[in-house]
Amino acid sequence: MLISSIGAYLDIFARDVLGLDEIKLDDSRRKFLLGATSLVGVAGVAGLATPFVGSWQPGAKALAAGAPVKIDISKLAEGEMLGPIPAWRDKPIFVIRRTQELLDQLNSKNERLADPNSERLQQPEYAKNETRSIRPEILVLVGLCTHLSCAPKFRPQIQAEQFDQEWIGGFFCPCHGSKFDMAGRVYLGVPAPSNLEVPPHYYEDDGILVIGEDEKGMV
Amino acid sequence: MRILVFLFLMVPSCILAAGSSAPIPLDSVAPDLSDKASLQRGARTYVNYCLGCHAMKYQRFQRVAEDLGISQETMMANFVFDPSKKFGSHMENSMSVENAKQWFGNVPPDLTLYTKLKGGPDYFYTYMRSFYEDSTRPFGVNNLLYENVGMPHPLVHLQGVQRKVCKNVPKIAKNGGEMRDPLSGESIIEERCGDDLLVRGISPLSLVEGSGELSADSYDGLIYDLTNFLYYSGDPSRLERERLGGFVLLFLAFFYVFAWLLGREYLKEFH
Amino acid sequence: MLSLQQSMKNIMNWIDARLPVTETYEKHMSKYYAPKNTNFWYLMGVLATVVLVNQLLTGIWLTMSYVPTADGAFASIEYIMRDVNYGWMLRYMHSTGASAFFLVVYLHMFRGLMYGSYQKPRELVWIIGMVIFVALMAEGFLGYLLPWGNMSFWAGQVIVSLAGAVPIVGDGLATWVRGDFNISGITLNRFFALHVVLVPMLLLVLVFLHIVALHEVGSNNPDGIDIKKNTDEQGKPLDGIPFHPYLTLGHDLPAIVAFFFIFSIVMFYFPDGGGYLIEAPNYEKANPLKTPDLIAPVWYYTPFYSMLRAATFPFLGLDAKFWGLVVMAGAIFLPAVLPWLDRSKVKSIRYKGLASKVFLAVFVVAFFILGYLGVQHPTPLKTFIAQICTAIYFSYFLLMPWYTAAEKTKKVPDRVQMR
Repeated sequence: MLISSIGAYLDIFARDVLGLDEIKLDDSRRKFLLGATSLVGVAGVAGLATPFVGSWQPGAKALAAGAPVKIDISKLAEGEMLGPIPAWRDKPIFVIRRTQELLDQLNSKNERLADPNSERLQQPEYAKNETRSIRPEILVLVGLCTHLSCAPKFRPQIQAEQFDQEWIGGFFCPCHGSKFDMAGRVYLGVPAPSNLEVPPHYYEDDGILVIGEDEKGMV
Repeated sequence: MRILVFLFLMVPSCILAAGSSAPIPLDSVAPDLSDKASLQRGARTYVNYCLGCHAMKYQRFQRVAEDLGISQETMMANFVFDPSKKFGSHMENSMSVENAKQWFGNVPPDLTLYTKLKGGPDYFYTYMRSFYEDSTRPFGVNNLLYENVGMPHPLVHLQGVQRKVCKNVPKIAKNGGEMRDPLSGESIIEERCGDDLLVRGISPLSLVEGSGELSADSYDGLIYDLTNFLYYSGDPSRLERERLGGFVLLFLAFFYVFAWLLGREYLKEFH
Repeated sequence: MLSLQQSMKNIMNWIDARLPVTETYEKHMSKYYAPKNTNFWYLMGVLATVVLVNQLLTGIWLTMSYVPTADGAFASIEYIMRDVNYGWMLRYMHSTGASAFFLVVYLHMFRGLMYGSYQKPRELVWIIGMVIFVALMAEGFLGYLLPWGNMSFWAGQVIVSLAGAVPIVGDGLATWVRGDFNISGITLNRFFALHVVLVPMLLLVLVFLHIVALHEVGSNNPDGIDIKKNTDEQGKPLDGIPFHPYLTLGHDLPAIVAFFFIFSIVMFYFPDGGGYLIEAPNYEKANPLKTPDLIAPVWYYTPFYSMLRAATFPFLGLDAKFWGLVVMAGAIFLPAVLPWLDRSKVKSIRYKGLASKVFLAVFVVAFFILGYLGVQHPTPLKTFIAQICTAIYFSYFLLMPWYTAAEKTKKVPDRVQMR
């Protein structure tokens, strides 16, 4: 049959071409073949595992949900927050129009912050500035604490709070007590390690904010 | 025992001979998934003429763009007409079930899997070229492949009007061969119509000259592209699958050599 | 300092004192002696195990994206095929695996018929195997409904309606199985639970028992000779070799790779199998108002489906529908009593008489014809042929006590024959 004739050819190949039978030490030949077959076998198992592992990556549905979202911010009043809006990979997005007062206070207590100059890559290049935004007054953030992904609370009043006597406005996470300022920058001495993330965004015109995409295109 | 092995191998091949019965013979078509230009033209025809009624709800614009080599800008500008649709949206239309029922008596079927459902692309290719004028029908057309079809011919301005006609064909003798004039040896011609032609494998349709914008060949090409696109959308991973399959088979063949050599090593001890 | 080898040994000793790992390994692998004259037909068991693992793994992964509701099932299959990374691969591995499973199991069973593997002392191995076969048929049927295509729906409709053929309680039984008056999302939900949890668990237990029972009595071989009769001074069978590494690496590994090769050809290039592995009507969502032109089960059920349809006349005051069910159920369960039907002094077809050979050959041909007829529209002629083949199928089993006892057998050699 077919299988046995393939076998016969392989036998000739092994004997005459590879000269396997010439090697006298039975044991070393066997070890070599065991090693080689195991190696190929491991490659095979790795290949077989690929679809199983790969299928856990976000598929087209998850990516489609991450398509850019357009938001009308013309009616957003000063000191107020829009959101959480499901946008950019379906994460809750905060859009805030900061008052002049909040902006004035913003960099007054930078010594209490862990990363006041936004050195860590938690924002696109165009938001790496004092206000962490494109327009000074508009702040766009991913509303997920960088500790364990709870949603931080918006606390815009400049007043003594239970969790902070010298509060100058910002975000407080009730899950584990992390604090962020009005630019989403994390305080020192809290569990969260880094600033709140700024999603890619741009302004289509005065009133339309596009989240999930910047002027370069889809991220 | 050899005979039994042979039977085991032979019989399944006989089973694979069942076929479906269509009212007219299907024209066979060979789709080519590597012909990106054809697929792009097909997609264009689909969104322009079909998508309004026939959704493709399992397929995404983005996937089509990526597989067919269309850029996001081109896709959004030239293929997506519904402003509520995003790049990643499914290719759905905005026709409501009520409207569809009122207009067509039924919801036009989704076509994502149509060529799969019909067991191949031939059915759709033949169907799109088998519309003919029939004033008794609500939309004024009928279809040879689908009697009393419930849809208009969406491409009639391109193809032109086809009519059922009678044709002069060679007369068939009782023995099944062409009947010939005993003196001249030439075939005897007779006029046959409709189903009589169909039985003999001849199309009873004739195109009214100049009634369509495209020549018959260009129209066939248009339908070929459209069929190609539907064939693609029925199984969009096919090219990828067949490419990957090649690597897998090569690897397994390679692996077999090692596995066999190792096995031989152990078998020697007791053979 | 202890060498690595010594510390490994110590760890093993520690474990062995608490869990018999080494003992089990030796009993079932390195000191399990298998006959050395086994051939092609003896590879099907390990291949079936490989396919079982494939079905379990891909099945678990499919449930991660599948939606078991009437509204969502069909769309979720297309979601798997298009949106999930490598989803098409997992799904085709599963759908191709289903057919592969039946293919190797049928070959495995045929091997048993040929070489008398069901005979004493392997009766329980055979019976457990038959229960596995029935469980496998149930598993395949339950899974077939899940894509919620139109063929899924109508196949489910037809087979569940079979329960209605049971006298008196039939209709109530069918309704109870469906949980509704027609196949519906309710039925889909319970079939899903059975397909992914209950029956697979049952299969695992049964396969475990099948192997334990087999290793207790030892494997049969193409000569049907008990290898334990000829042993050396240490009690090792002269005609046996340790299962591991000799059979695992000598026979099984190359066979598994070759099997994957054939499997891959189908999976990557013919996943629909020309409409016989995934039927065309199943590319349309289930529609209770539209029966497909031809309702044929998947190829692996067709022989039994043919026998079901072959019962066309009432008998003993009971209608044909009931007899169809009886014939089909009989055809499925009858092989289980083979150990008591075969009166032959020898096991293997090699040493049985002409009658056994002829009966087996005709039986196989009839089985194939029944399989072919199962995918055809019934016509009077085809139904008649199916009836004849059904009679052949049953007479292979029911006449066995006579033809095996009467025929002249050849002398069985003392030692296994290498050929």
